[in-house]
Amino acid sequence: MTEMLLQVKGLKKSFGGVIATDDVALDVRLNEVHAIIGPNGAGKTTLISQLFGEQLPDAGSVFFKGKDITKLPIYKRADIGLARSFQVTSVFLDFSVLDNVALAVQAHSGHSFKFWKPASTEIQLRGDAMQALVQVGLDERASSKASELSHGERRQLEIAMALATDPVFLLLDEPMAGMGIEESAFMVGLLKGLKKGRAILLVEHDMNAVFELADRISVLVYGRIIATGTPDEIRENAQVREAYLGEA
Amino acid sequence: MSAQKKAANLDEYLKAPSLFGFGIGRIMTIVLMVLLFILPLIAWYMGNKFYLDFSSRIVCLAIAAVSLNLILGFGGMVSFGHAAFVGIGAYAVGIPSHHGYESAWLHFPLAMIAAAFFALVTGAISLRTKGVYFIMITMAFAQMAYYFFLSLEEYGGDDGMTLWSRSDFGFLNITDKLTFFLLSYALLALCIYLVFRIVNSRFGMVVRGCNSNEARMKSLGYNTYAYRLTAYVISGAMCGLAGALMANLQDFITADTMTWTRSGELMFMVILGGAGSVFGPIFGTGVFLLFEEILSAYTIYWHLPFGVLLILSVLFIKGGVNGLIQRAWKT
Ligand SMILES: Nc1ncnc2c1ncn2[C@@H]1O[C@H](COP(=O)(O)OP(=O)(O)OP(=O)(O)O)[C@@H](O)[C@H]1O
Ligand SMILES: [Mg+2]
Repeated sequence: MTEMLLQVKGLKKSFGGVIATDDVALDVRLNEVHAIIGPNGAGKTTLISQLFGEQLPDAGSVFFKGKDITKLPIYKRADIGLARSFQVTSVFLDFSVLDNVALAVQAHSGHSFKFWKPASTEIQLRGDAMQALVQVGLDERASSKASELSHGERRQLEIAMALATDPVFLLLDEPMAGMGIEESAFMVGLLKGLKKGRAILLVEHDMNAVFELADRISVLVYGRIIATGTPDEIRENAQVREAYLGEA
Repeated sequence: MSAQKKAANLDEYLKAPSLFGFGIGRIMTIVLMVLLFILPLIAWYMGNKFYLDFSSRIVCLAIAAVSLNLILGFGGMVSFGHAAFVGIGAYAVGIPSHHGYESAWLHFPLAMIAAAFFALVTGAISLRTKGVYFIMITMAFAQMAYYFFLSLEEYGGDDGMTLWSRSDFGFLNITDKLTFFLLSYALLALCIYLVFRIVNSRFGMVVRGCNSNEARMKSLGYNTYAYRLTAYVISGAMCGLAGALMANLQDFITADTMTWTRSGELMFMVILGGAGSVFGPIFGTGVFLLFEEILSAYTIYWHLPFGVLLILSVLFIKGGVNGLIQRAWKT
């Protein structure tokens, strides 16, 4: 049995009348890509936000490496090895690409109550940031402003920032959204390479990518997980076909 | 692509930002600082004491504007209560003096510590809010400080208090107008350099990151509140220094320096000049005081044209005068 990294039990969250997370149980193991699929508004992003601590669940708990982290502040989650990327690109538009990633590296290399030395001369920050950019294939754009990047490139930057902290657990919210075929293929290759020694919770609408990458898939519909299984099991599942895959 | 090529490439991304590098903003800053140094000296040499004092006023208030720029321009914290720090700094000179303690080595550190403490307490609460609420709550705290000092009958109450002798530096006699100017100018230069170092340091990158996208900073793992509060305290301390200088310049201390209109004026200076630039607050302070000087000779409603000017600049020129020059330079 491989090591269980993340475990979710009885998670519930509602907004007024909308039940966004309905008694969700879920686990993700080391070296695994666990994909979450589901129609728009199913509660995928809301689930990620609760796992990352941006939203507090109404009930239920989240365990990471056996520890209850349900109410752990976000900045401490990053310290224990969690990182997330956002469905809607969230970068520092007025910073250079390299500065964006360097800021992500800096978050995990000691405190930042250092007031004198220019951050841009710290070899370790810049080096690690550059490495993350090379990984996602964005190194050529290092000195461009983030606001000058194309949509696809911003998605790459988003991933580079998540990788820069060398996380054990990656929460990726639709990393391929809005990417071209080539960029998606590149990303699939990248994520495959990242699996080892880590775990990835992948929310994605691109079914080709999901079926190629995922070791297990959970299907979320109206906040509820209606099935979890290997890609083959999910493909065969009648309930899933009806609720979700059928419409494609 | 080889790893070696990457390693070689890294050097070009490892440059330290330079305060006196090229670029129009830097050139303008240097020109401005040189003018601010030369003109008053010429005036003084020709026997015109008024312009020396006037320049000292620009320099002292520029320190306050530079301190506000740190949090407003770089940190995106729109503090509408910065005048409180000026006032606290001033009373940190006036109150000990009243009791016979006249050493500048007491006054100046006390001004900075007292202002920093006020920033810590009020910032701890204010920074839990965002946007308009932050503006309102910083203003409310400043008004509280204003009414507090207004109520201190012992220290002049609403009549204010006269500073019978200026802070005693020992070897420096700042009663001499020229010495005072030179000291203030040196402190302004120091503050500009400090802010420059700070905004480019690790800490500064974090504070600017919070301005750009605080939610993302949190998800990267930063305790954004702690960093923003620290910036707020640094800014407060620096502004306290400006207050201690102002008290000595005017030989008079009054709670009126803490009213919300004074805070508004400081914001005007920073925004008009160009928030988040080195040049902006210095230029903004100079222009503001010149306008005040010229217009107030014609009308007591001199704030009005100035207010209109400010609204126009906020609406139509992004990044204040600094932004305007930057764009003109590029095209
Ligand atoms: N802050 C909020 N306030 C109120 N309702 C919300 C909030 N966030 C999400 N919801 C609602 O919760 C439900 C789930 O939203 P969520 O964004 O998690 O869906 P999703 O599966 O990520 O959808 P998509 O595929 O479009 O990204 C939706 O009905 C949404 O309207
Ligand atoms: Mg979503």
